[in-house]
Amino acid sequence: MISLYIIAIYLGALLTFALFSKKFFRGTSTDYFVASRSIGPFMLLMSVFGTTMTAFALVGSTGKAFELGVGTYGLMASSSGLIHAACFLIIGIRLWAIGKRYGYVTQIQFFRARFESNGLGYLLFPILVLLVIPYLLIGVIGASKTIMGLTGGKGPKPGFFPELFESTNGAIPPWITGAVICLVVLCYVFAGGSRAAAWANTFQTLVFMVMGVLAFTLISKALGGLGPAIEQAKASHLVRTPSEHAGVSPVTFFSYMFIPLSVGMFPHLFQHWLTARSAKSFKLTVIAHPLCIMIVWVPCVLIGIWATGQLPPNATPGAVLAMMVGKLIGSPVIIGLVTAGILAAIMSSLDSQFLCLGTMFTNDIVLHGSKKKREDKQILFMARAFIVGIVTLTYLLSLALFKQNVFDLAVWCFSGFAALTPLVIAALYWKRATKAGAYASVIATTVTWIIFFTLSGFGGEYTVFGGVMPVAICWLAGAAAMIIVSLATTPPSKEHIARFFPS
Amino acid sequence: MKTPSIIALVVFIALFVLHQDVWNWDNAKPVFGFLPVGLAYHAAYSVIAAAFWAIVMKIAWPTKLEQWADESDS
Repeated sequence: MISLYIIAIYLGALLTFALFSKKFFRGTSTDYFVASRSIGPFMLLMSVFGTTMTAFALVGSTGKAFELGVGTYGLMASSSGLIHAACFLIIGIRLWAIGKRYGYVTQIQFFRARFESNGLGYLLFPILVLLVIPYLLIGVIGASKTIMGLTGGKGPKPGFFPELFESTNGAIPPWITGAVICLVVLCYVFAGGSRAAAWANTFQTLVFMVMGVLAFTLISKALGGLGPAIEQAKASHLVRTPSEHAGVSPVTFFSYMFIPLSVGMFPHLFQHWLTARSAKSFKLTVIAHPLCIMIVWVPCVLIGIWATGQLPPNATPGAVLAMMVGKLIGSPVIIGLVTAGILAAIMSSLDSQFLCLGTMFTNDIVLHGSKKKREDKQILFMARAFIVGIVTLTYLLSLALFKQNVFDLAVWCFSGFAALTPLVIAALYWKRATKAGAYASVIATTVTWIIFFTLSGFGGEYTVFGGVMPVAICWLAGAAAMIIVSLATTPPSKEHIARFFPS
Repeated sequence: MKTPSIIALVVFIALFVLHQDVWNWDNAKPVFGFLPVGLAYHAAYSVIAAAFWAIVMKIAWPTKLEQWADESDS
């Protein structure tokens, strides 16, 4: 029960901290959507880092290292340190500049203007929304499963509340955890919008970074120190050589480098970029992002490797961190703190995703299609109503799909966003890119993605040509379509291009 | 493209290539007695990536882009 109290205190502190930001709310739609472009370097770093690190940061990294071994860090973390930072610098700062100059608050507003096409917005909108929704579900379902694991029965012993929740053997059921998580996030996003999300993300990011390091220190101590801990791990997990249960092939390792490009097209990250006070605010984010990844991922990957010598090989990867904490530390206080860290990592992405979907519905569909001039109060009402609708839909879907394995969808979501990056790169850096090229790129990416997704059995692990990740093929298809069709069609006028390319 | 941006691009490509450390694939030797070399290499890689971006910020910062964005304020 002490663990639950700690989680309740954490959620209370998060709400208090995030709602405090409401003191600075200026009551305008620009303030709600992009915090009046006032976020400084540290908060931008924390909110961008917290948003890109999902449940995968603590739980997934440990589980993946338990499965694949030492290669997990190079596969998913060090590559992100290089590619994410490149995206922030090359895509993020330029989009911030264009967004500031023309007052954009969504990606689609930029693409519509750059390619002089309303239709492109209507084509992109469902694609972006459909890619974000599974990502949201992963968060809510991940939180529910974490709390079920914490409060559930251990062996013959029932869970925390055997009389209250008989159907789950005493564990807190997903309908309660999902409702609490959604309500907490909804409260501060509803009240304070983008600024509250940035404040909450800063708090959550600090919590999950500290808790990851805390779990690492205590587990290594319980195993007799860093040296003895690694000596107990399976030898197959200390190398990247592909074996029956571990390792990664060099081709997969190389083609995985395409996946971190996804940050270039995340709509929720786009919105965070636009909150920056100035371009200089990005400097700390670009430099410190690889270091923040290292601080979180190296300890978690090591815990996953150590676990190979402590847990049975058939242990559920997603439960490895919790099992190691439970088995080797056992203190309810530490279990509560680490669980709070896991929830922090999950919720720091959820809030931005809820907010961005509300922003997109309001600006890209309702306001864009309406000729009526609306006041800020009406726009805010609409955005908040959409956010409530999206949170409710996500909650209901998370209950309906709770037993499905939605975690495999994460890589497919990232792949979809990553494969769309030729569109944004061409829009920002290639004056010759045309409207037809943009359509061709989006269609080629979507079609190839759907083909591979279908061949994978709708979301399973899947590679082509002896280990190549499908994202590489989708990305190349999108890039080729953009280049070929743009060159075959009439270029945009010089006057139009001058609006988006500073001389 | 200006010289600092070209240098940054060349180093970026070199870092991209260095990420594929095939020479460490089968090496389990621990560094400092606890860090498998495949992990130690990539942890050091993260630090080098941060240092690289710090230098890029110094030599290839898009000053004109910032001014262009700020023109909307005036």
